[in-house]
Amino acid sequence: MSTFSAIGEEREIDRDEYTPGVEPQPTWCPGCGDFSVLKALKQALPEVGRTPEETLLCTGIGCSGKLNSYLDTYGFHTIHGRSLPVARAAKLANPDLEVIAAGGDGDGYGIGGNHFIHTARENHDMTYIVFNNEIFGLTKGQTSPTSPKGHKSKTQPHGSAKEPIKPLSMSLNAGASYVARTAAVNPNQAKEIIAEAIEHDGFAHVDFLTQCPTWNKDARQYVPYIDVNDSDDYEFDMTDRVEAQEMMRTTEEALYEGEVLTGRFYVDEDRPSYGEEKRSIGEMPEEPLAERYWDDDYEWERSHDMFLDKHA
Amino acid sequence: MTDDELIWRISGGSGDGIASTSQNFAKALMRSGLNVFTHRHYPSRIRGGHTYTEVRASADPVNSRGDGYHFLLALGDSFARNPSEGAVYGNEEIKPLSENLDELREGGVIIYDEGLLDASEIPNFEERAEENDWHVFPLDLRGLARDMGREVMRNTAGVGATCAITGMELDHVEDLMRDAMPEKILDPNLEILETAYEQVQEEYDVDAPDVSVPTGEHDETQLLMSGSDAISYGAIDEGCRFISGYPMTPWTEVFTIMTKNLPKLGGISEQVEDEIAAAALAVGASHAGVKAMSGSSGGGFALMSEPLGLAEMTETPVVLVEAMRAGPSTGMPTKPEQSDLEHVLYTSQGDSQRVVLAPGTVEEAYEQSRLAFRLAYGYQIPTILLYDQKLGGEMTNVPKSHFDRAANPDLGKTLSEDALSEQPHSDDGKFHRFQPEVDDGVSPRSIPGQKGGRFLATGNEHDPTGHISESPDNRVAQIDRRAEKLAAIRDDLDTVDTGSYAGPEDAEYGILTFGSQQGTVEEAVGRLNDAGVSVKSYGVSDMLPFPTEQVRAFIESVDEVLVVEMTASGQFRGLVQKNLGQYGEKLSSLLKYNGNPFEPAEIVDGFETAIVEGDGDAPGHQTTFVPAAGD
Repeated sequence: MSTFSAIGEEREIDRDEYTPGVEPQPTWCPGCGDFSVLKALKQALPEVGRTPEETLLCTGIGCSGKLNSYLDTYGFHTIHGRSLPVARAAKLANPDLEVIAAGGDGDGYGIGGNHFIHTARENHDMTYIVFNNEIFGLTKGQTSPTSPKGHKSKTQPHGSAKEPIKPLSMSLNAGASYVARTAAVNPNQAKEIIAEAIEHDGFAHVDFLTQCPTWNKDARQYVPYIDVNDSDDYEFDMTDRVEAQEMMRTTEEALYEGEVLTGRFYVDEDRPSYGEEKRSIGEMPEEPLAERYWDDDYEWERSHDMFLDKHA
Repeated sequence: MTDDELIWRISGGSGDGIASTSQNFAKALMRSGLNVFTHRHYPSRIRGGHTYTEVRASADPVNSRGDGYHFLLALGDSFARNPSEGAVYGNEEIKPLSENLDELREGGVIIYDEGLLDASEIPNFEERAEENDWHVFPLDLRGLARDMGREVMRNTAGVGATCAITGMELDHVEDLMRDAMPEKILDPNLEILETAYEQVQEEYDVDAPDVSVPTGEHDETQLLMSGSDAISYGAIDEGCRFISGYPMTPWTEVFTIMTKNLPKLGGISEQVEDEIAAAALAVGASHAGVKAMSGSSGGGFALMSEPLGLAEMTETPVVLVEAMRAGPSTGMPTKPEQSDLEHVLYTSQGDSQRVVLAPGTVEEAYEQSRLAFRLAYGYQIPTILLYDQKLGGEMTNVPKSHFDRAANPDLGKTLSEDALSEQPHSDDGKFHRFQPEVDDGVSPRSIPGQKGGRFLATGNEHDPTGHISESPDNRVAQIDRRAEKLAAIRDDLDTVDTGSYAGPEDAEYGILTFGSQQGTVEEAVGRLNDAGVSVKSYGVSDMLPFPTEQVRAFIESVDEVLVVEMTASGQFRGLVQKNLGQYGEKLSSLLKYNGNPFEPAEIVDGFETAIVEGDGDAPGHQTTFVPAAGD
């Protein structure tokens, strides 16, 4: 038996394998968009052939962080805003793992914004799903980084004076090599985009519009939605950085005008992932580091043999 | 005081190569058969500002900077600021010669670069030299270096002159230059070294000063090593192959050494966006099955509080190093202090659980770096190695054989897939990673990618599978199990005994200290006993879990105890009293927090004035005495 025999296993996968026995029914509010993320993952993972035990799902804190409780894989429910640094180190330690990170808009674009920028910049081969409901849900409806200007809440009683974060543009400029937006109200597109994001060799960022009927908008407010890749109204080349940027800007502004634009906005298949970059300069081993600790034949180096003579 | 020793100080500007020149000189002395110890003082400045390094050399073991110095080599400061009168820095050009001049011992030697320094700027310089019987050698080191190579080579000229006056052969210095320098600069440097040596011998009476290099002999190969080197090699020998960090003085030294060496070992180093990420990456790498570390200094370590707590709650093994410098806030970035003790012990929310070790010497830094990994992985608990700018940067000789030990890549209680299949699982196949009833509280773990090992790691309280739980019974069981690990670690540490003891066992008085002050305290204890004061010392390394019984026995065995530490508020004394719950009337403190480590004489004087004579502060020192309760 090899050390990590769940990795690369070829077999039929039943989507029920991802449903935990202890809490099969999520406790999200009725009508919550988060259900759609869970469903899209349960569909996409078997489709791309990733088993629960070769997948590591890292989440932050918030309603979105509960994803780990409802998707049965190896999981690391970290702390607020810190799913990405945990996730990307796991990927470096064992590049054979399928690493997915997830969090909310407060988690990823607010408190964890620095990690988001740098993880995108480094182009780690992983998927990052941001549950964007334009509100803080778990703490009961405060203004979030994606809430529109003028948004009123108990923490912004006079209406927010801030422009919202532009998550797609930020992601592109930071260096993500796959940037998409989908919506809970469009489950088919969501499944396709999540599957593509998992298959993409680089940092794939999916801004997932998840309505919050309890504290913010309900599902009806995300309908109708337009897929910019299918619509005749929008012509752009998603492999062209400049055209992608313009399309993103249009999309980000349209959301606050009540128009929901979704789809793939930027895809760069050529940019090497961070792991490839590190290996190409000799800063990362070819074989997964995590496997070395199980190799009985490996001769562990000692400082005594390698580094001490220069001190003599 | 050892008579048969030399304390040589080289001073100049920050950025003028003082550190590398002194390191080579120390190594040359070590190769000649002497024991050496260096002390580094530098400003928090980009370029310029007075900096010096002292090299102490003796045939006998040396484990502190010593008192004062015998020999001053004052070079120029190429980056000195000379603003108008009254500006904060004043005229800096003369500082390499003028600063701390009073600490030069009677009969001492001064070489100064008259190409850059004008001694007449120092008030009463000649009178002071005469009073103290100093032997002054004004040499145009800059001119000599410029004529034969480049001005920056004046350090080499200074070393050549030093050798001529102290009677040291040039062989070892030349060998080191050949090892370190590329050919292009080697030849002019060798020429400058020899010319300076010969000129001084010809033009001066080099036998006049009674200052010379002692002679000694080593019976085995010695290495010149700093605390930062030792910590790094300890990590490597424990199979650590992942480090993540963000630069911060003085922790950067360990980060740099590891980063340089890890690629040669197929390891990974990550410089990341901030210290929150740095610690979180180490946690993520460890979770995925790699031995990992991170670290920082005070301000950066503050950012690590969150991931540290996460590692505690998820029982992810990780080693963090904390290189203390003077605080609070940005404090004095390049100056040593021990005042992050409480920060490191208590930061992060909840009834947190960690191990904190504070090595006292370079040798202990290696041993306890290894110990930190063994405890972290053996007991699935974050372990912090607490040291400071002093221990990190000071260099001393250590026998090479000290490091000749087997590598230990062991991950601790981590299960293979075969072993996992024998473990309890829930009906849905989830592995019980956090079983409440296990030996020493350590529940075996799995690694992502293993079949049959699926579980959830979470910062929330959780049940055996990792699923979030707020059940009161589960809460108590999990908290109690995690607490059991610390008790087991205490038992484990009792078999290792990281403490360091000096002085006669039946002594009348005691000195307690922790971390990097240990060597200085032990030297002071030797001198006090020579002077007829019956005193012993105990250098404590285990900060958490605390060696309560050992410290109690030490305090019980003496009449009075002086606690020596580099803090302003007596944090270590507070820790002792917190753990022991008594002895307030028996413990007094000697504190120093001016940015410089203790000299042995300060502890000797402080002890005699405060304890033996019982009347307050020692005169003439920037130390503070705090009496015992009720005194």
